[in-house]
This record gives sequence, C-alpha cells and structure tokens, in this order.
Amino acid sequence: MTTSDWPLWEVFVRSRRGLSHTHAGSLHAPDAEMALRNARDLYTRRNEGVSIWVVPAAAITASSPDEKDPFFEPSADKPYRHPTFYEIPEGVQHL
Amino acid sequence: MTASLNTAALALGDDALVLSHRLGEWAGHAPVLEEEVALANIALDLLGQARVLLSLVGDEDELAFLREERAFRNVQLVEQPNGDFAHTIVRQLYFSTYQRLLYGRLAAADVRPDDEAHEALRGLAAKAVKEVAYHQDHAEQWTLRLGDGTPESHDRMRTACDALWRFTGELFQPVEGLDVDWRELEADWLTSVSAVLTRATLPLPEGARTTAWSAGAGRQGVHTESFGRMLAEMQHLHRSHPGASW
Repeated sequence: MTTSDWPLWEVFVRSRRGLSHTHAGSLHAPDAEMALRNARDLYTRRNEGVSIWVVPAAAITASSPDEKDPFFEPSADKPYRHPTFYEIPEGVQHL
Repeated sequence: MTASLNTAALALGDDALVLSHRLGEWAGHAPVLEEEVALANIALDLLGQARVLLSLVGDEDELAFLREERAFRNVQLVEQPNGDFAHTIVRQLYFSTYQRLLYGRLAAADVRPDDEAHEALRGLAAKAVKEVAYHQDHAEQWTLRLGDGTPESHDRMRTACDALWRFTGELFQPVEGLDVDWRELEADWLTSVSAVLTRATLPLPEGARTTAWSAGAGRQGVHTESFGRMLAEMQHLHRSHPGASW
C-alpha cells in the first residue's frame, strides 16, 4: 500500500440540527465513495440525517501563515465595518 | 413465545452471533485502519441483533456460552473462517444480501396486534434492516474494488466466490416461524448478487449451491469442522467460571 493509493481526505460534517458543515477530521481512503463510508463510521457514528462532505486534502488551498497581517487584520479604526450598532431583535437565531 | 418463533429467533440470533464473532477476529488485523473500524462496526451491529433475538428465547449468555455445537442453529456460511480479506468480503456479501432481503420482508409483515412475539421480531427487523443495508453496501463496495482491481485481487475474489458458493443454498431453507416466500427471496438474492458480481467483472460461480454432506446443515445443528474450534474459544471463559457475573 502506498500513500498515493490511499490519499488523505478531509471530512466536513453537518449534524442533524447543525447549520453548516464543520471540519471533523481527516482519513485515508482509496476514493471518494470509500472516504464517505469511512467518514460515516469514524465521525458520525451513523447518526441519521447528517450530511458529510469529503474533499481530497490535495484540493484544499490554505492561506499561508506568513500573510497573516495583511490578510486577516481588520482595520480597527473603521467601526462602521462591524455590525455592532444594532439591537438584535428577540427571536433572531443563528446570527 | 411459541415453539416456532423460538426456532426462528434462535436461527436468526445464531447467524448474527457467529458472524459477529468471526468479524471480531479481524480486530487489529484489517488491511487499513479505516477498514478495521468498519468491520468492528458491523460486528457490533450483528452482536446487538443477536442479543435481542436470543433474549426473546431465553438468557442470552446461557444461550451463547453454554450450548454445544449441535444446539447452534446458524447457517454454515457465517461460521466459515475469515480466510483472506476476499473471503471475508464475499461471506459478508452473500450473507448481508440475504439478511437485508429477509429483514425487509419481516419488517413489512402483517402482525396481529395481540401477537406480541411476532411484533417483537418485526420490531427487531425494522431496526436491523437499516444496519444490514449498510453492511451490504460495504461488502458491495469492496467486491467492486477487489473484483475490478488488480489481477491478484480479482483472482482472490474469484477463489472466494467459488469457495463459499456451496454454502449459499442453505440460506433459503425455510425456517419455522418465519412467514416468508423463500423461493422469491432466493430469486431476489440471486438477482442482487449476480448484478454486483457482474459489475465487479466476476463470473457467477457455477457449482452446486449445496453439497451432499451439507444435508441437514446448520439450521439442524450440523456444522463444519472449524466451528467447534471457534466455539471453544468463544465459550472458554464462561465455561471455566460457570455462574460468575461479569
């Protein structure tokens, strides 16, 4: 068995009541179909009603840690960029 | 519980118990870690089914650990040794296809409201049919990959398909207490298994699906040689310390 036969996959899971897919972990599998099945065993314990995404790790491009400053730092002197001036009405969920 | 329902629960319970034990033997030996988890998952599902079914008959531990070989009612297919990974997968394909078709029928059966025993069996089938559909899918996935993989994996799958074929006829021996059209079940099983084997580029085995010496067979308590050794290992501790609680 070589690594190229069993590449790494990243697994994203949305739980039954969840709103979005969350990165759950990674695993090795020969192809996407098997990756899905393995993900189901490893990360969902076969709970009904969940959604699973598997992505070959090679397909993911990550931001580089070196670019941290210009990439992520918001300009703190422009508060109008942040929606902090509103009262959130009661009953609004998942904001 | 009526005698015929006892027979049925014991047959199905023993199938699940024995195959669960065989799959448990893979722990720590599977080809990859992910497969390790999958086989253990399937074994756990089957053990869960066995516990429910045997509890319908009596004390599950007594039934599992204190019966002699001749009192076990599982089909011979499930007691076959694991062999290589191909043998394990083919055994799983043959059996879980059977189990899914059978449990699907039992789950859909009409039961009189006052028939508690049948209702219990139907409840188990309705729950288990989801599990066994997953087992079947898992076995199919591997059949496709190994059958249509390398020349070596193809040959090994072919050998395994042929070797286990003669144990498949027994699956459709009618079981007392199960109101099922066994001929139709067998036809559906053949259709399903042939379709998977064809997709996996594997020929449907040609030999007989039962052999002369299998007359009577597992459902009547007649088992193959390796089963006795399996039971000795499974029952050893319980028999050494009878009456202990764990």
